[in-house]
Amino acid sequence: MAIDQGTTSTRCIVFDQNARLVAVAQREHRQYHPRPGWVEQDAVEIWRNVDRIVPQALRQAGITAEQVVAMGITNQRETFVLWDRHTGVPIGRAIVWEDIRTEDLVAELGKKQGIEEVRDRCGLPLATYFSAPSLRWMLDNVAGLRAKAERGDVLFGTMDTWLIWNLTGGVSGGLHVTDVTNASRTMLMNLSTRQWDPMLLEFFGVPSSMLPEIRPSTEISGVTTRVVPGISITAALGDQHAALFGQTCFEKGSIKGTYGTGGFLLMNTGTELVRSKHGLLTTIGYQIGGEPAYALEGSIAVAGSLVQWFRDNLGLIHSAPEIETLARTVKDNGGCYIVPAFSGLFAPHWLSQARGLVVGLTSYINKGHLARAVLEATGWQTREVVDAMNADLGVPTPVLKVDGGMTADHLLMQFLADVLDIPVMRPLVAETVSLGAAYAAGLAAGYWPDLEGLRRNWHLAARWNPAMDARHREDEYANWKRAVELTFAWARSTPSS
Amino acid sequence: MPGPIQSIERAAAVLRLLARGSGHHGLTEIADSLGLARGTAHGILRTLQRVEFVEQDHTTGRYRLGAALLHLGTSYLDANELRSRSINWADTLAARSGQEVRIGMHHDGAVLVVHHVFRPDDSVQTLGIGAMLPLHATALGKVLLAYDPDLSAAARRRELTSLTRRTITRTQMLERVLTEVRGQGWAGEAEEYMPGEASIAAPIRIPGGLVIGAIGISGAADRLCDSAGRPRATLVRQVVQAAESVTTSLVDEN
Ligand SMILES: Nc1ncnc2c1ncn2[C@@H]1O[C@H](COP(=O)(O)OP(=O)(O)O)[C@@H](O)[C@H]1O
Ligand SMILES: [Mg+2]
Repeated sequence: MAIDQGTTSTRCIVFDQNARLVAVAQREHRQYHPRPGWVEQDAVEIWRNVDRIVPQALRQAGITAEQVVAMGITNQRETFVLWDRHTGVPIGRAIVWEDIRTEDLVAELGKKQGIEEVRDRCGLPLATYFSAPSLRWMLDNVAGLRAKAERGDVLFGTMDTWLIWNLTGGVSGGLHVTDVTNASRTMLMNLSTRQWDPMLLEFFGVPSSMLPEIRPSTEISGVTTRVVPGISITAALGDQHAALFGQTCFEKGSIKGTYGTGGFLLMNTGTELVRSKHGLLTTIGYQIGGEPAYALEGSIAVAGSLVQWFRDNLGLIHSAPEIETLARTVKDNGGCYIVPAFSGLFAPHWLSQARGLVVGLTSYINKGHLARAVLEATGWQTREVVDAMNADLGVPTPVLKVDGGMTADHLLMQFLADVLDIPVMRPLVAETVSLGAAYAAGLAAGYWPDLEGLRRNWHLAARWNPAMDARHREDEYANWKRAVELTFAWARSTPSS
Repeated sequence: MPGPIQSIERAAAVLRLLARGSGHHGLTEIADSLGLARGTAHGILRTLQRVEFVEQDHTTGRYRLGAALLHLGTSYLDANELRSRSINWADTLAARSGQEVRIGMHHDGAVLVVHHVFRPDDSVQTLGIGAMLPLHATALGKVLLAYDPDLSAAARRRELTSLTRRTITRTQMLERVLTEVRGQGWAGEAEEYMPGEASIAAPIRIPGGLVIGAIGISGAADRLCDSAGRPRATLVRQVVQAAESVTTSLVDEN
C-alpha cells in the first residue's frame, strides 16, 4: 500500500505482487493563497483525508489491514508543517514549496558569509523553494516560536514526517522520523554524511531539537496505531524519488520525468555524488539499505499548476483535461508563448525574481492558442532541463520515461517527443510515484526479493515518437528562449520591496 | 400507472428558480422560496450538482445553473477527461488481461479511440489514439450501438460494410446481437473486423446510467476466445470489472 501525499491531492493505492493496481482512493485538499506569492495548506485537512482514503482503499480492494504487507509513504517535498509536540496541533498552516514569501530573506541570506559552503554541503542553490528559508521565516515571524522550539516543544516535519508521526500514535508515542530523500530537500542535511549538518543549522538559525531523525528510505520501521491500526510502515521517500524508483531507473544515467503540479526530471548518477555545471540540483535518489544512489535533478516549478491556473483563475476550462480539447481547436500557438515563472524560474535558471509573462499577443490570438501555449510551456521547460542534463553527462539522453497526472494529455506527450526529438515512454502504471513507494515498502518487508524482480514489472503502455520538422523545432525553441529572457528583464526592472 | 415523483418535481422547481432573476441563490433562500426543509433542499441541490445541472460558487457558496444544462444535447463528458479519469483502470485491465486496451466514444458514425494502452509484452506497437473504428464490426462499437437507440436506428438505415468473411452485414442479425449485448452487459466480436483478431468490450456509464463510452481489449482470436469461438469468461469478467471501476470513478470525483 502506498500513500502519495501530493501537492494537489492525496492518494492511497493498493498494489498486488505483479505491481498491478488493485484499489485507489483520492482526495484533493485546499490551496490557500493569503497574500500574493504565498501558498499554504492545512496539515490537519491532509491528515483527515488520509484518515478517509485508507479505509476506502481497503474496502475497494476487499481486504483487511492484516492482508496489507507494508505501507510506503511518499509526499510532495520541501512543504513542511510545525506542530506542538504535546498537543499535536499545527502551528499555522504548512508552507508549500511553491511559496515565495522568503524572496527578500533569500536575497539577504545570499550575501551572508559561508554561502558557497552551504551549496557544497547540501547540494542545493539558495532558493525560496527549499524548506530551510521558510522555516527560518516562521521562526522569525511567529511570536514566541523560537523560544518554544529551543525548549523542545515544537516539531518540524515534511509531510512524510507529519503523516508518520500521526499514523504511529501522534502525542502518544508517534515516531518523529524522515527519510534521506526528504531530508535532502531541506538545505539542512549534509549530502555526504546524510545527517543534519551543524554548520547548515547555524547558517539558517534552526534549533536541532525540532528536527526528526533521518533514516534510509527503507528503514522507517513504524506500525500504524491510528486510521487503520496494525499496518507496518516500512518505507518513505519524496515523490520524485519514489517515481525514479517506480520507473526502475536503477542504472546510472537513466532518467524519468514526472508531470504533476510541477515537472521534475531526475537522473540516477549511481553511487557518485555529481555536481552540475548547468543548473541542476544534486540530491539523493533513494537509499535502500546501506549505500545511497545519488541523482541530478532538473526541477520545473510550474507544469500542471499552469493548467490549474487556467482553469481556476481564468475560468476558460472546467477541468484540467479540457485544456487539450481547447488546444485542439487551433493548429498551432499562433505566435503566443507563456512563461509561467509564478515562483521565479527553477532549473536551469534559478532566478527567484523572475515573474511570468504572456508574449506574442495579437488580435488573432484566441483561447485555443493560449491553451496550446500553456501545454507547450511544459514541453519547452523540459527541453531546457534535458539540454542541461545532456551537457552535464556529455552524452544525449536516448529516451524519456514519463509519469504523473499530465501524462494523460496526449497532445502534451506528443509535443514533448517533438521538442526533445527523442521517444517519450509511459509505463503501464501511470501512478509511478505510488508504485515506487510501494516497491520500497515491499522490498523492506521482503515481499519482493530484489531490484531485478521489480525491473521485470516495467512494461510499456504508450510511446510517442518525435515527428516535428527540425527547422520548425529550432525556430520555436529560439522563440521560447527569447520569451524566457524577457522574464529576466522584467525581474531586473522591478525593484524589490 | 405510478403517481408523479415528488423529488423530481422539486428538482424541476429548483432549476426554474435558478433560471430566473439573479440566478444566484443561497441554500436558505432556495429552501424558503420553495417551502422545503433545508435538509431536503440541500439533498436536491447536491444531487443536481452531481449531475452538473447546478454549480456552487466556491467563494460565496451560492448556487447557479450548471454549464451542462446549456449544452444538454451535445457531449456528456469531454473525451480527454474520460482518458484522464480512466487511465488507472485501463492500465490495470491491460496488466490483468495481457492484451491491449482501448476506450472508445461515438463520433460521427464511428468509434473514436480516445485512449489506447499497449499490450504489455514490450513489443513494438503504434499508439492508436484518435483512430476511427467501425461501429458494427468491433466490440467497442457494438456497446455504443446497443445503448444508443438513435445510433442503432441510423446503423439500421445504412449499409453494413463487410470487412471480413464474418462481419455482420444483415441488420436483423445486428439487432439480435445488440439485444444480446444489452442482456449480458458486454459485447464480443471474433474476426469480424480483422481476420485472426477478436475483441471484448463493456459500457462506461455516468451517474444515472447513461452510457458515454466503452472500454475493451483486443488481441489474437485464439487468446481471447475458447475453442468454441466464445469470448473467454475470465477475460469478459476483467473487462466488465474495469468498466465498472471507471464508472465508479466518474461518480466519485463529482
Ligand atoms: N489531461 C491533462 N492535461 C493537462 N494537465 C493535466 C491533465 N490531467 C491532470 N493535469 C494536471 O496534473 C496535475 C495533477 O497531477 P498529479 O500527478 O496528481 O499532481 P501532484 O502529484 O503534484 O498533486 C494538476 O496540476 C492538473 O492540472
Ligand atoms: Mg504526485
